[in-house]
Amino acid sequence: MIYRETGQFKTSYAADQQLFPIVQDRVFVVAVIAFAFLVVPFVATEYLFLAILIPFLILALAAIGLNILVGYCGQVSLGTGAFMAIGAYSAYNLAVRIPDLNLLVVFILAGVFATIVGVVFGIPSLRIKGFYLAVATLAAQFFVDWLFARVSWFTNDSSSGSVSAPPITIFGYTIVTPVEQYLFVLAIVCVGALVARNLTRGAIGRSWMATRDMDVAAEVIGIRPMRAKLSAFAVSSFFVGIAGALWAFIRLGSWEPLAFDVNRSFQLLFMVIIGGLGSILGSFLGAAFIVILPLVLNQLPTRLGIPLSTAMISHIEFMVFGALIVFFLIVEPRGLARLWAIGKEKLRMWPFPH
Amino acid sequence: MKLTPNGIRTKAAALALAVAGALAGAQDVAAQSKEIFIPVLVYRTGAYAPNGVPWADGFVDYLKLVNERDGGVNGVKIAFEECETGYATDRGVECYERLKSRHGVAVNPLSTGITYALTDKVPGDKIVLFSTGYGRADSIEGSVFGWNFPLLGTYWDAADMLVQQVKKKGPLKGKKIALVYHDSPYGKEPIRLLEERAKLEGFQLILLPVTHPGVEQKATWLQIRQQRPDFVFLWGWGVMNSTSIKEAIAVSYPRLQMYGVWWSSAEPDVLPAEDAAKGYNGIALGHSSEHEFPVHKDMVKYLYDKGKGTAKGKDEVGSVLYNRGMISAMLTIESIKAAQGKYGKRPVNGEEVRWGAEHLSLDAGKIKSLGFGDMVQPLKTSCHDHAGVHRGRIHTWDGHQWSYTSDWLEADQKVIRPIVETSAKAYAAEKKITPRDCSKES
Repeated sequence: MIYRETGQFKTSYAADQQLFPIVQDRVFVVAVIAFAFLVVPFVATEYLFLAILIPFLILALAAIGLNILVGYCGQVSLGTGAFMAIGAYSAYNLAVRIPDLNLLVVFILAGVFATIVGVVFGIPSLRIKGFYLAVATLAAQFFVDWLFARVSWFTNDSSSGSVSAPPITIFGYTIVTPVEQYLFVLAIVCVGALVARNLTRGAIGRSWMATRDMDVAAEVIGIRPMRAKLSAFAVSSFFVGIAGALWAFIRLGSWEPLAFDVNRSFQLLFMVIIGGLGSILGSFLGAAFIVILPLVLNQLPTRLGIPLSTAMISHIEFMVFGALIVFFLIVEPRGLARLWAIGKEKLRMWPFPH
Repeated sequence: MKLTPNGIRTKAAALALAVAGALAGAQDVAAQSKEIFIPVLVYRTGAYAPNGVPWADGFVDYLKLVNERDGGVNGVKIAFEECETGYATDRGVECYERLKSRHGVAVNPLSTGITYALTDKVPGDKIVLFSTGYGRADSIEGSVFGWNFPLLGTYWDAADMLVQQVKKKGPLKGKKIALVYHDSPYGKEPIRLLEERAKLEGFQLILLPVTHPGVEQKATWLQIRQQRPDFVFLWGWGVMNSTSIKEAIAVSYPRLQMYGVWWSSAEPDVLPAEDAAKGYNGIALGHSSEHEFPVHKDMVKYLYDKGKGTAKGKDEVGSVLYNRGMISAMLTIESIKAAQGKYGKRPVNGEEVRWGAEHLSLDAGKIKSLGFGDMVQPLKTSCHDHAGVHRGRIHTWDGHQWSYTSDWLEADQKVIRPIVETSAKAYAAEKKITPRDCSKES
């Protein structure tokens, strides 16, 4: 009834090729973005901003980056944490060593550095595939962990190896309050998601998907595997690098290499798999699942007034969270984004299903 | 009840409501103006739980004791809530944000990593950050780190005292000291001071990092077997400590030549090896496993005999880390009392507690009257010294219990102070902080 495309005629190619061809989708997305920009800043609490929304948005950006590589191009990577770390530490070094640089430029340059490193570690993908590639990217993870823990130049010779981000100043305006931080992150994530969505619809995205589905066939129809794979590594690392810089500057404020260890890589890979491979929406859903659910599980007993010890709550959180991951993967192996798509299909038929 | 599709839908809706309620609930609980709220960041699960649990029990028990025995601080009840951090920095920050909405006055994160992360946040939120015996070593400089209080001593104090102790056995020139450390801000903190000391004394410092969580140390101890350092300093936490001691036994490195920092010399560290750990030393943060002082008796009388204790049993009362948790809580409470002394006997806020912590003055008599005997050395904080006291003594494990084996040691501020000042100045420059002028403070 509500979600029906009957009567929506496309009279031009532009109308047919637009980002969201169905009116309802368009309205929905615009409404969500408007809500996020115009309503949330006024109603959300500081806790909601700092502990839930900001980490969710930043990790969603990283998940979009990883999804481009794993979901669209089919190159399994376990080095996401490393590329986040590259972004974080290059942003730190740029900001500390060139104090007058605009922070926006710093973040973009951080993405560029991550891109360079990502391409270098992407080179093995031209020769090896699947699990072997995953292991090769794991090397990136350990190398970067070692680099930032051992080479004190990168941490500005900090005695403890922990570095602390300078204030975020853009065009003379310093971002301090949670609302400002949230809006800043939201704006970057929106732009990032838009860019990613368009890239994946275009020629380059199609070359990634062709490589993913069957690289030999892709080569036969004229797609250069080197260009496709390395561009996927480059774009992916760029997003992940920016996410890393945001994570460090806005979420953590001060951090050590442990913040970007192999667990972060796994966490992002889980987000992408649970959210849905090859889907921008899936990256958001996966990030929401991994970031928000444990916090909800952790607070639910207290809020419902069930007296449990802190340790017990923590154990329950792990068990329920693990069980839910298994549950969702069994119910829909193609991820939460697929569940969403099925929901939309059903809604189309409603109220007269077959 | 048969689960009809409708029933499922109702249940799903109810669950969604509950979830939404849980999230919204984070903002409620407005300031109970009749109480003082203290957020309690703990870790009772994970690789650091063996050490995190007794500390948390001691901390919470002392807060309970203040409420039960004294009826609060000058009549103002203490409210608190635990939050599990798992020793992870991001979870710790989340806990801090979660409990911040209840207008806490002071936080004790029990993690140097979390302390680093919160150092940037506390001045804005006006919450005092106590890091009793841990945290940033340079944060004793109150003109830059106005809200950090590494009371009782820092890692640079600990490292300095350990060097003084081993120096008693003969000049250190040409000797080798290995530092086996947890590869995190916590473990790396003493390196700077030890490097300085190595230059002064002429010993060689061997740095051996152990990655989190520290259960894999074969390679580290193989290096120790090859290089045979004259002394090993252990800077571990959680399961890493007991693993180190077991590995030392495996490569038969003499325990007598091993010295742990105060976080590496408690019962959970040596008990797994029991008798074999005999002779292992540690620097005590002023206290060891005393359990006969009035405060311990009060714990049993007011809490454990009434079934209100936090620990599983009253045997835990008086263990090294339990005592430390208790002392951390006591110093927090005393800062609140100091604040009440100036601002009136009412629920004080964070800013007032900060003043209290900066003007904390506990002499031996006062500490004794609190029931702590000589577990805490007389301390006096000031704008330039947020630690208050820099003393410790060595205690040694005899196979069954800890006992003191040295006199009081005092960290040499002539060595430490210049490093503190350089480091604090660098932090101020990086963060664009203008240091306070301490001479203008009352």
